[in-house]
Amino acid sequence: MAQLFTKDTQSIFWNNNTTAIQRMLDYDYTIKRSKPSVAAIVAPTSGNKFEKFFYGPDEIMIPLYKNTADAKAAQPQADVLLNFASFRTAYDVTMEALNLGGFKTIMITAEGIPERLARGMNATAREKNVTVIGPATVGAIAPGAFKIANIGGTIENIVQSKLHRAGSCGLVTRSGGLFNELSNIISINADGIAEGVAIGGDRFVGSVFIDNLLRMEQNPEVKYMILLGEVGGTEEYKVIEAIKSGKITKPIIAWCIGTIAKYYDSGVQFGHAGASANAEAETADAKNKAMTEAGIYVPSSFNDLPNKIAEVYSKLKAEGIITEIAEPEMNVCPKVRKSKEFICTISDDRGDEATYAGFPISSLATPDTGKGIGDVVSLLWFKKQYPKWATEFIETVMKTVADHGPAVSGAHNAKVTARAGKSVVESLVTGLLTIGPRFGGAIDGAAQYFKYADDNKLTPAEFLNHMKKEGVPIPGIGHRIKSLKNPDLRVEGLKKFAAEHFPSTPLLDYALTVEQLTTSKKENLILNVDGTIGILMVDMWRALGYSEDEINEFISSGTLNAFFIVGRSIGFIGHILDEKRLAMPMYRHPMDDILYDVQVAEKI
Amino acid sequence: MAQKAIREFDAKSILAKHWDKYFPGFTYAYETVMVQNGSELTQAAKDKKWLNEKALVAKPDMLFGKRGKNGLVLFRDSKPGDVSLAKATSWIDEKSSTAQSVYFSFDGDTPTGEAKTDMLTHFVVEPFTPHSQEEEYYISATCVGDDDMLYMSAEGGMEVEEGWDEKVTEVAFSITDTEDEIAAKIKANIPADVAEADKAKFAEFAIGFFKAYRELNFAYLEINPFVMQGNKIELLDMVAKLDDTAGFMMREEWGDVDYPTSFGMEEKSPEVLAIEDADSKSGASLKLTILKPEARIWTMVAGGGASVVYADTIADLAGINDLANYGEYSGGPTTSETKFYAETLLDLMTREKDAQGRDKVLIIGGAIANFTDVAKTFTGIIQAFENYADKMKEVGIRIYVRRGGPNYEKGLKDIKEAADRLGLYIEVYGPETHVTDIVRMALEK
Repeated sequence: MAQLFTKDTQSIFWNNNTTAIQRMLDYDYTIKRSKPSVAAIVAPTSGNKFEKFFYGPDEIMIPLYKNTADAKAAQPQADVLLNFASFRTAYDVTMEALNLGGFKTIMITAEGIPERLARGMNATAREKNVTVIGPATVGAIAPGAFKIANIGGTIENIVQSKLHRAGSCGLVTRSGGLFNELSNIISINADGIAEGVAIGGDRFVGSVFIDNLLRMEQNPEVKYMILLGEVGGTEEYKVIEAIKSGKITKPIIAWCIGTIAKYYDSGVQFGHAGASANAEAETADAKNKAMTEAGIYVPSSFNDLPNKIAEVYSKLKAEGIITEIAEPEMNVCPKVRKSKEFICTISDDRGDEATYAGFPISSLATPDTGKGIGDVVSLLWFKKQYPKWATEFIETVMKTVADHGPAVSGAHNAKVTARAGKSVVESLVTGLLTIGPRFGGAIDGAAQYFKYADDNKLTPAEFLNHMKKEGVPIPGIGHRIKSLKNPDLRVEGLKKFAAEHFPSTPLLDYALTVEQLTTSKKENLILNVDGTIGILMVDMWRALGYSEDEINEFISSGTLNAFFIVGRSIGFIGHILDEKRLAMPMYRHPMDDILYDVQVAEKI
Repeated sequence: MAQKAIREFDAKSILAKHWDKYFPGFTYAYETVMVQNGSELTQAAKDKKWLNEKALVAKPDMLFGKRGKNGLVLFRDSKPGDVSLAKATSWIDEKSSTAQSVYFSFDGDTPTGEAKTDMLTHFVVEPFTPHSQEEEYYISATCVGDDDMLYMSAEGGMEVEEGWDEKVTEVAFSITDTEDEIAAKIKANIPADVAEADKAKFAEFAIGFFKAYRELNFAYLEINPFVMQGNKIELLDMVAKLDDTAGFMMREEWGDVDYPTSFGMEEKSPEVLAIEDADSKSGASLKLTILKPEARIWTMVAGGGASVVYADTIADLAGINDLANYGEYSGGPTTSETKFYAETLLDLMTREKDAQGRDKVLIIGGAIANFTDVAKTFTGIIQAFENYADKMKEVGIRIYVRRGGPNYEKGLKDIKEAADRLGLYIEVYGPETHVTDIVRMALEK
């Protein structure tokens, strides 16, 4: 692979480092990327599902995941992991990603990972052909395509240092601060960089100078390379070898910092952990000398480096190897941006006509559109266009649960409130407030428990035992009067619809085997209408391709209850209007219907 | 620095603590004590009977080798193996009472190079172990390049150091080698000179040794010599370094281990210790080395790479005799951390005037920061200026600033205004000026 990153490269950012991520997105916007460079964030301790960021003047949401595996499964195209874990966990995070596979590049920012762990991690990555940048690095950049986290600093500095578009230099440094400095020097004395990597300051880093230079040798955008080495280690000699063997033919400008170290004994640690000369050959002077002899352009000092760059650049330009670069158009990030307080992902009233999940209301409302209330629910609740059988099932459910007479608690409440002279909305909410675990909640409960039993492959007998241990009557089982012989026709209707239209009904099939067992004990322990609805909803979502996690989330967030709420509101309003029509007086409960058992309070 | 030397006593204690895990087929008596003077040894003898009952060996435990050649191993009174507790006690008191000169390299028995002189403060005392030369062996392990190396020899002690190439077998291991691969390699490379009857036992010990080296995160581990008598092992002399970055996961395994400064090296000054302490408590990086406190050029540079470049440039343009310190602050230090760092430097810098009556130079340098907020860190420096302005003027200090990065315009403007207000000489430059060019400007003035 000749290029580390392209304009389509996306990453998973491990740790919700909002400042660094915002810097990446500012960069993306500036260079007009079509997709943000961060596809997902791994935030193990966050309870949130996304984090908001600015994308130019607008805001976007980037999804959060609890772990790398989930993030990678949801965003398989993201093949760069930006590992911002601390030195305590960075190793585990890297190894997990290497085992998951699918990552081309892993960047590790932590400084001071235990050496043995760092070596194992780097060797494993090498075996799997994954490029590791770091540890102890600020990252890498392919100008005009992809930038890691904080590298290049602020967006102003990036544009000033011409890091917003590809130049012709390949830059490799150890130090992150000097990487930035060199980018600036190169922009002043030449035409900027095509790709740059700060390999990291720890003693054991993943990709070393030679790995990056060999890649740049293959990258047609790179016309010459700059290497900034350090005292300590022998990595620069590998570069010299590659030049001698003809593996590197592009011009290289290089300098090793730390020439001062020769004046002091090894007790003074100059710079990074990797920067300590153990032998004469590892001193900066020896390396600078050897590189000069190998034909590398070596300045007389760091102070002289800018002149050397200007010299090589103008030579390559004169030879026609480097041509003039057209400056691309850029977006400009606004200086002042305000974060939005609310987010809406279901409807939009900003255009000519308001839309439901992208569909103008007029395209759904009238009969000639062929759309029903089930379609509206599928758009506004689930942001999906459900097939006909599913929207019809939704409508069937809402019609089925619309009313169950005046005696149930919700209808009773609504009637009492209406008779107290309250408005429709006040009366309605008193009715709705009774909906919960005991009233209407059997739909949720049935879906939850039957799904649990089915997921865990419990036999009907095991399921009954399990519920007994939990001390919970099975939700969705049992009716006051109905039995197998005297079936509930609403249930029969739902089952018939499902049999005819659902692709399959595995959970209902399971529930019916449970019903056989319960009715053998007592004949009114049938699968009731609440149970049938809850169970068939699960079957519907499964047939529509939702994952088990998504379905579990529907159940836990109360989506099933919502069908009951909408349906039953129709009935409640009917009862309220009925009271108003009849002009019924204030209701007072008859005293003889109350058991009074009041004791004199004891003194304590 | 990631690799830190530990005392022989601590190295033995770590191995002893995990002995049964790595050397289940061997015994090690772990009869060793570390004392600072004679009375500590007398005190130790109350608990440890062997100190009264056995002939003893005593030697300093202060990270340097060649103790025998320096005459600093006590193993004889009138004949080898007759050192009593009383003799060891008086010897330790004698050796610790005056500074001792130690040579670090020898040609035969003749010292070469310069000696270092310092006080002896730590000694180990162990039983004298009678054994034959054939029972002595050498083993060590360390990391070279990307590989782990195991060095083994059938001969221990001085012989091995003087005939390294002929006498030592080297085996290289990749970090990804499995335990089985490691064991097979070791078994296939037992030094030929190990007696045939002892080869299996030697291999068993070497496999355990290398496993301990790896799993306990030693950066260097050497036993020279160890004595193997059947299943009984004696560790006569050990040298070890730990990878201190592994400290957070080795707390239990290493126990309470000490990283002493090497013999003859100046004790760290309180200022350096204070910076080290602040560094260990911060997510940022604060480093300080005092090179020559009376010199006139002081640096306060942000960033590990930039700090080296400034030091290089000062050495090139002024020579190292003018460079007072080396150090860096980086990784986004807070305002108060930067203030503390700056005050520490200003305090050192303003203690004396330049001997030749010149102005002192303070280089506040740095590359273009990636994420450190320049204005925030400069606020800390400004606060330090406010506290030290009078002293700075008295000594005569010229300040040269060069920095870029987030919020640098405000940082530069603030520091310039503050210096002008306080009557300090200052020149301020941003990214348009080459990073180290302020060194040239400061020296040309």
